[in-house]
Amino acid sequence: MAAMAAGLRGLGGRFRWRMPAVAGGVRGAAQGAVAGQRDYDLLVIGGGSGGLACAKEAAQLGRKVAVVDYVEPSPRGTRWGLGGTCVNVGCIPKKLMHQAALLGGLIRDAPHYGWEVAQPVPHDWRKMAEAVQNHVKSLNWGHRVQLHDRKVKYFNVKAGFVDKHTVRGVAKGGKEILLSADHIVIATGGRPRYPAHIEGALEYGITSDDIFWLKESPGKTLVVGASYVALECAGFLTGIGLDVTVMMRSIPLRGFDQLFKEKSLVKIEVWSCHCGDIKHSMAATKEAPCRQMSSLVTEHMASHGTRFLRGCTPSQVRRLLDGQLQVTWEDHTTGKEGTGTFNTVLWAVGRVPDTRSLNLEKAGVDTSPNTQKILVDSREATSVPHIYAIGDVVEGRPELTPTAVMAGRLLAQRLFGGSSDLMDYDKVPTTVFTPLEYGCVGLSEEEAVARHGQEHVEVYHAHYKPLEFTVPGRDASQCYVKAGCRVDAAWTLLTQSPPGLAAEMFGFQMVCLREPPQPVLGLHFLGPNAGEVTQGFALGIKCGASYVQVMQTVGIHPTCSEEVVKLRISKRSGLDPTVTGC
Amino acid sequence: MRGAVPGAGAELGAGAGRAAASRIRAGVERGQQGQRLPHLSPVLVPPPSAFPFVSGPGLAGSESEILEQSPKSPGPGKAGDAPNRRPGHILGARVESPPGRRARLASPRPSSSSEAREELRRRLLGLIERSRVVIFSKSYCPHSTRVKELFSSLGVECYVLELDQADDGAKIQEVLLEITNQKTVPNIFVNKVHVGGCDQTFQAYQSGSLQKLLQEDSAYDYDLIVIGGGSGGLSCAKEAAILGKKVMVLDFVVPSPQGTSWGLGGTCVNVGCIPKKLMHQAALLGQALHDSRKFGWEYNQQVKHSWETMTKAIQNHIRSLNFGYGLSLREKAVAYVNSYGEFVEHHKIKATNKKGQETYYTAAQFVIATGERPRYLGIQGDKEYCITSDDLFSLPYCPGKTLVVGASYVALECAGFLAGFGLDVTVMVRSILLRGFDQEMAEKVGSYMEQHGVKFLWKFIPVMVQQLEKGSPGKLKVLAKSTEGTETIEGVYNTVLLAIGRDSCTRKIGLEKIGVKINEKSGKIPVNDVEQTNVPYVYAVGDILEGKPELTPVAIQSGKLLARRLFGASLEKCDYINVPTTVFTPLEYGCCGLSEEKAIEVYKKENLEIYHTLFWPLEWTVAGRENNTCYAKIICNKFDHCFCSSLVCFYC
Repeated sequence: MAAMAAGLRGLGGRFRWRMPAVAGGVRGAAQGAVAGQRDYDLLVIGGGSGGLACAKEAAQLGRKVAVVDYVEPSPRGTRWGLGGTCVNVGCIPKKLMHQAALLGGLIRDAPHYGWEVAQPVPHDWRKMAEAVQNHVKSLNWGHRVQLHDRKVKYFNVKAGFVDKHTVRGVAKGGKEILLSADHIVIATGGRPRYPAHIEGALEYGITSDDIFWLKESPGKTLVVGASYVALECAGFLTGIGLDVTVMMRSIPLRGFDQLFKEKSLVKIEVWSCHCGDIKHSMAATKEAPCRQMSSLVTEHMASHGTRFLRGCTPSQVRRLLDGQLQVTWEDHTTGKEGTGTFNTVLWAVGRVPDTRSLNLEKAGVDTSPNTQKILVDSREATSVPHIYAIGDVVEGRPELTPTAVMAGRLLAQRLFGGSSDLMDYDKVPTTVFTPLEYGCVGLSEEEAVARHGQEHVEVYHAHYKPLEFTVPGRDASQCYVKAGCRVDAAWTLLTQSPPGLAAEMFGFQMVCLREPPQPVLGLHFLGPNAGEVTQGFALGIKCGASYVQVMQTVGIHPTCSEEVVKLRISKRSGLDPTVTGC
Repeated sequence: MRGAVPGAGAELGAGAGRAAASRIRAGVERGQQGQRLPHLSPVLVPPPSAFPFVSGPGLAGSESEILEQSPKSPGPGKAGDAPNRRPGHILGARVESPPGRRARLASPRPSSSSEAREELRRRLLGLIERSRVVIFSKSYCPHSTRVKELFSSLGVECYVLELDQADDGAKIQEVLLEITNQKTVPNIFVNKVHVGGCDQTFQAYQSGSLQKLLQEDSAYDYDLIVIGGGSGGLSCAKEAAILGKKVMVLDFVVPSPQGTSWGLGGTCVNVGCIPKKLMHQAALLGQALHDSRKFGWEYNQQVKHSWETMTKAIQNHIRSLNFGYGLSLREKAVAYVNSYGEFVEHHKIKATNKKGQETYYTAAQFVIATGERPRYLGIQGDKEYCITSDDLFSLPYCPGKTLVVGASYVALECAGFLAGFGLDVTVMVRSILLRGFDQEMAEKVGSYMEQHGVKFLWKFIPVMVQQLEKGSPGKLKVLAKSTEGTETIEGVYNTVLLAIGRDSCTRKIGLEKIGVKINEKSGKIPVNDVEQTNVPYVYAVGDILEGKPELTPVAIQSGKLLARRLFGASLEKCDYINVPTTVFTPLEYGCCGLSEEKAIEVYKKENLEIYHTLFWPLEWTVAGRENNTCYAKIICNKFDHCFCSSLVCFYC
C-alpha cells in the first residue's frame, strides 16, 4: 500500500512538473481561444463521482479531456486523494464503518447460533480505520489509473474561471496554469457546513470530512444535527461501542408540512441550518423520506444505546484543561441551559456547495442566491450554454453518487456521442445506512398526499420481524416493553387509489371491474439490507408498477424483500399491520 | 366419455320434466373418466352473494353492458337489501380482470372442438356443484326476470349466467341441453338439483318443494377439505374460511425412517426454508466472525460452534411457528385434524389419527396439498443409517464428518452450512450441480464451495451403506461406484445425508379410488390452469403439481388464488412464469426468468445479448475476501425486452 501511495505521488509529481511548461506554451492561445484551438474538448472541474464519470465517458468517445481536482484541507487539516466525497469521506468509508458496526451486532448474535464467542468483544478503532483508509487509498489509486488508461489529463490544481472558456489552476506550491476548453463541466460537489456562529465550533469540532480519517478513536462523541450523515455516523459510532449523543433541534410538524409544500431553496437552507430531522436534510433530494420512517430509525437507534437530546441547540464549545470538550447548549423545551463533556464534537448540520472559489461570475454562471448552488436546465447546462454542472453542486438535484455518475455519463454522451437522452431524476432510490437501514424510492407519504390529495392515496404497511432476528431474540424484550407495538422493521408502500374508489368503500362490481391500476408512488423499507431490497423494487417502480402487479409478484422465501410483495393491510383500514406467520 | 354423456343427459332430462328433480352429482361420474385438457380458461362465475341476480361480470364481459341490458337487475344499489349480505362477500365480489377481457367458459385455444366441449361441460358441472342456486338466463327474457325476482323475494343468493352476454353462450346452451334435455332459458338448478324452467320453478315454489330444496343443507360435512397443512394447503384453507366457507385441514406427518416428525406447517416451516435459512445464517455468522477481526473487533480465540445450542434455538422458533399456525386456523374457524387423509369414495375421505382411529368426512370440494418427502436411494443400508433433510434440522447431535449425496439445491445448501460450521463435508455428485438452474451459475456456486472447504466427489453413486459404529454420531462406511466405469470407492463418515430428490405424497391417499390421475412416473398431479385435476371437484396446489415450481411462495399464492376463485368472485389465476428464487448456498444465488441454456433453446443464441459483470462487494474488500467471485448477468432478447437475469451474490 505504501509503495502504491509512493507511486501515486510520483505520478502526480511528474504531472505537476511537466504541466507548467505545456501551460506556458498555450497561455497565449488560451486567452480568448477560439473553437478548435482550445486545449481540450472537455474540461471537468472536480474529480468526484460525477466529474470522473463524465470525463471518462467523453474520453471513451475519443475526445481530449482534462480533469482538475483539488481537495482543500478541512479546518482540522484532513485531506485526501482523487475520487471526491463518496470515495474519501462519504459512501465508501461510511458503509465500511457501518459494516463494522453491523458485525458487532452479528458477534452478539453469534452465541445464539451456536458460536462460542466470549462477550463482550472490544473494538479497535485504529485497526478499522487503517483498513478502511487503505481501501480508500486503493480506490484513489484506481481512479488515477483509470484516468491514465483513458488518456484523460489530470491536474491536481485548484480551479477558478478566467473567462467563459478558460480556467486558471493553482497547484499546491502556487504554480499556475491556464486551461481552455470548448465545454466545461463543473462537478465540485459540496463540503460540510460549520456552524460558524457557535463559539468554538470551528476550532474544536470536526465534520464527516475528518471522522473517517481519525487515527484514534473519537471516544465519547456529540453528533450535532439530524441529517442522514449525523444519524449514520452516530449509528456506527454507537455500534462499535462508543458513547454517542445526537443533539437535534426538533422542528414542529406544522412547520414541516408547510415547508414541504414550498419546493424552494429556502427549505434546504432552513433544514441544514437548523439541523432538523433526518427528512429535512434529505428534503434536498427530490423525494424526501417519510416522517414516520425516520422516527422509527431514531427509535431503533435509541433502543441500541444512542442518546438523543431533542429540542436543543449548542451555543458554545470549550476545550477543558484535560483536553476534553465542554459543550453548552440551550434546551428549547425547558428554556434551560445544559452542558456536557465529550472527546469529540461532530458537526453534521448540512453541506454547502463548493462554488465560492470558482469565480463563477467571471464566466457568467448563475447560482442560487440562497444556496450558492448552480442553476441548470434539464440538459445540465448552466446560464452559459457550454458550461454544465452535475452532482451535489447543482440546485435541486438529489445529492447521490449514482445520480451524479449517470448524469455525468449521459452529459458526455449528449455532448460527444450524438445522444439526446436526458437524466431522469424521478424515482431515484436511496438508502440511509443507519443501524436500522432505511431504503426508499419515490414519494414520501407526506408528499404523495400533498400532490394527489389524501383521498387518492392508499398507504399499505406492515411490521415484520426478519427471520434472522428470531433466533438471537433481537429486540424481543423491547417488543414486550413497548406493549407490542415496537417493531424491528417496517415498510410502507404508497399507491394511488383510483379516483372514486375511496368514496365507494364497498367496491361494488362496477368500480372493481374498472381494474384500478393503483400505480405505486413510493416505497419505504426499514430493515436489514434495505439498500439491496430497495434497488430491486426501484426497477419495478421506475417501470410504473402498480399495486396489483406488486401483489402478483411471487416472493422469495424466507427473505425481508418478500414482505413487500405480501403487503395487504392498508393504513386506512386501521388493521394491525404486524406480520405474524409465513 | 362421449358415450356416457347422452345417457346421463337423458336421465336428467327425464327428471327435469317432473317437479321433483333429479339430483346431479355434477362431474363425479363423468369427471373420473374425463380427460385432462390443456389451456383451460378460468372458472367464470363469481358468487354474487351480495348481489343476487347480477350477472357475473366475467361472463358478461363488461359491467356497463350488464347494467344496461338487465334493467330488472337490482344492481349494486339493492345489494344491500340482501339478507345474507356479509362484508366479506362484498369485498369478495370484486372481480379483478383486465378491462375489455371477455371471459369465456370454453378454452380460448381448444385443441379440438370435442375437447373444448368436454372442458365446458366440466366447468358447468363444477359451477352447478358448488352453487346454491344457478340460473342460466338471458338478460332480455321476461321469464328469466320473473325467476330472478322470485329468488330475490326469497332473499336467496344466486349465480346468474346471462347466456346472451357470455361469449360462448350458445355453446353453453347446447351443453345444457345435453345435461338437462332443456334448451330454453331460464334453466334453474337449486342445490345441485335441476328444477327446470320458469314454470317448474314457480310450481315448485307453490308446492313448497322449492323452499324445502333451498333449506336442504349441503349434503357434505364441509365446503372444502384440504389434505396437507403446508404452505399451500394452509393458505388455501384460511382464504376459503375468510370467504365464509366451512373448511377442514387434514395434516399428518408420517415419521421419517429415522423417526423424525414435526408439527403443523409443512416442509417449509419444519424441515425446509425456515430451518435451512437459519442454519445458513449461522454459517454466515461464522464468516462474519472471521471478517469482524479485519473490521477492528478483537478476539483471538478459535471460536467453536455448538450444534446443540443452534438446533435448540431453531427448533424453539419452529415450535412457535407451529403454534402460530394452529392458532390462526382456530381464529379463522378452520377445523384442523391431525390425521392422515385418504380418499375412500367420491367426496369422502378417511382420516386416520396417530392411534389408528378412523373418522370419515365429506366435502363438496377437495384440495390436495400433500407436498413431497425426500427420496431414498433404494440401496442396502439407506433407510437404516442415512438421514435426509427431514432429520438434519432437528438432529440432536452434531453430524460430524458428513457425506451429502446429491447435487440438488437442498444438497448444496446443507453441505454449505455444515462446512460453514467447520465440519468435514463431502458432496457426492452423480452428474451435474443444480439441474434446471443456469449451469454457469451452478458452476460458480460449486467452485466457491470447493474453495471454502467442501469436497466434491464427481460422478459417483453410493451402492451400500454399512454401520461400523453406533453412536451420536456413529460411523458409517459408504461404498460408491463410478457412473462412468467400474471404479468403486469407500469412505467412512459420521453421517450420510441423502438429498437426491423428493417424491410426491400422492400414491397413498386413495386418489385411484376417485380417479384422480397422477403422472405414474413422477407421482405428480397434472392440473389445468386453475389447479383443477381431472376430477372436477378435486384441486391440487404446491410441490405435487406437475411442471410447476416447487416453492413456498408459489404454493401460498396459488392456494390463496384458488380459494378466491372457488369461493370469492375472483378470476385471477396463478402465474407460474418468472417466479424468482434464491439458493442459499454459501455464495447465494438468486435468479428470475430463464437460464442461459433455456434462453438459447427458446430464442436461439444469435438473438440473445447477455450482459454480465463480476463484482466485489464493498464489505468483502476490507474483510480481505476474494475478488472476482460475485457475478451477475442479465440475458436479453436483442429484438425484444429482457427476460432473464441471474445473479450470484452475497448478502450479509
